[in-house]
Amino acid sequence: MGTPRIYKTEAIVLRQRKMGEADRVLTLHTLTHGKLDAKAKGVRKTTSRMAGHLQPLNRCMVQLVQGRTMEIIAGCETLESFQPLREDLDRLSRALYAAELADRFLAERVEAVATYRLLQETLRHLQGDADVDLVLRRYEMKLLEHAGFRPELDRCLGCEVPMGPQRNFFSPMAGGTLCPSCGAGTAGSRMLSADGLKVLRLLQRASYKEIERLNIPPALAQEVERHQRSYIACVLERDVNAAAFVERLRREQQPLQI
Amino acid sequence: MNEHPTTAAAAPVARLIEEFHKLPGVGPKSAQRLTYYLLRMPAAEARALAEAILEVKERITFCSACQNVTDVNPCRICASDRRDRTMICVVEEPLDILALERSGSYQGLYHVLHGAISPMDGIGPEELKIEELLSRLRSEEVQEVILATNPNLEGEATAMYLTRLLRPLGPKVTRLASGLPVGGDLEYADDVTLSRALEGRQEAQG
Repeated sequence: MGTPRIYKTEAIVLRQRKMGEADRVLTLHTLTHGKLDAKAKGVRKTTSRMAGHLQPLNRCMVQLVQGRTMEIIAGCETLESFQPLREDLDRLSRALYAAELADRFLAERVEAVATYRLLQETLRHLQGDADVDLVLRRYEMKLLEHAGFRPELDRCLGCEVPMGPQRNFFSPMAGGTLCPSCGAGTAGSRMLSADGLKVLRLLQRASYKEIERLNIPPALAQEVERHQRSYIACVLERDVNAAAFVERLRREQQPLQI
Repeated sequence: MNEHPTTAAAAPVARLIEEFHKLPGVGPKSAQRLTYYLLRMPAAEARALAEAILEVKERITFCSACQNVTDVNPCRICASDRRDRTMICVVEEPLDILALERSGSYQGLYHVLHGAISPMDGIGPEELKIEELLSRLRSEEVQEVILATNPNLEGEATAMYLTRLLRPLGPKVTRLASGLPVGGDLEYADDVTLSRALEGRQEAQG
């Protein structure tokens, strides 16, 4: 059964770009039709009734009309605006990173309900008391899993022995862990500490509730982030733009804390 | 039909069509229409247009103080002695200055960032004229900085980033109010706009 010419669906606005005089093209992650581009007409005028409802990261109910090249947004209403994210630059930068990552992993017009719910849950948790970076790490792990790129963390990808509690290796190219003897000679593999492996495994199976209680030292958090970033860059074959901004904010915060 | 539509035209005509096609909002059909309109135009008018384009490129620079586009440096607003030099209004684009000037309610100086932070598109603070703003604040007697970036996600991100940067430097940092647009309908307002309008409510005049 094809999609009707006019249909209604829930969607999270992932990103936007300007088009023409006063229009925007939005990338929507819809609940029922996956990721798709839709044109929002006249939303750059101050008199637009839709503009406020269609800001990136908003979750809204949209009415879409199939157009010649892309859907056109006929109407919309906010369901959840994640306001606390918009009032705090640290949270906002992480939320934008999450949205960009979803955009990059999703294929167009392929239903992805699990990813939708994951993003919605992640945006909610980024508003809360949990460490925003750990929330992102858990999000990355789950997103990789939904996209079919769950990294192997239990066995060595070279010789298949179970990973022991020692210094091992993580190889983005191989897609997971390598034991000390297999990892040492593999190009692109990086040292993975025993604690690092524990955290990675925990992120793979823990819920956000469990992550909220987690408190890990900065050096360990950095190690975990490095491994996940390099794995994601390897899967996507490119860097994630928003990561640079997150990095910059972190760097500029440093002197204030001393 | 794989042949490019402009190859059937004479080479100079095809070239002009190509050039028009590069402009924002001009599709292949509009480019052809503009070109054939120019062909029928008196030579003097066509020359005036060509000269105007050249003049813009040759004579217009960025004001060394506010980064606005200008033909004299510093620009007329920065050089004026009637402007309030203790206030700087920070905007994203030169066109925003025109809009604010049209309102006639602002007498201070401006600063143009030439964009807004958009992390997902890889546009970070280093792409904007932020360093120039900071050096102005260090050397000039500025008491208030008004952040007039657009009230959308990128503009808000830019305003928040600037607030972090400017607060420690001393001047009062303010943000343009947001609320209901004049001529709008309450029932169509989104909740963010409405809650901001409530927060920023003022004693009624009458």
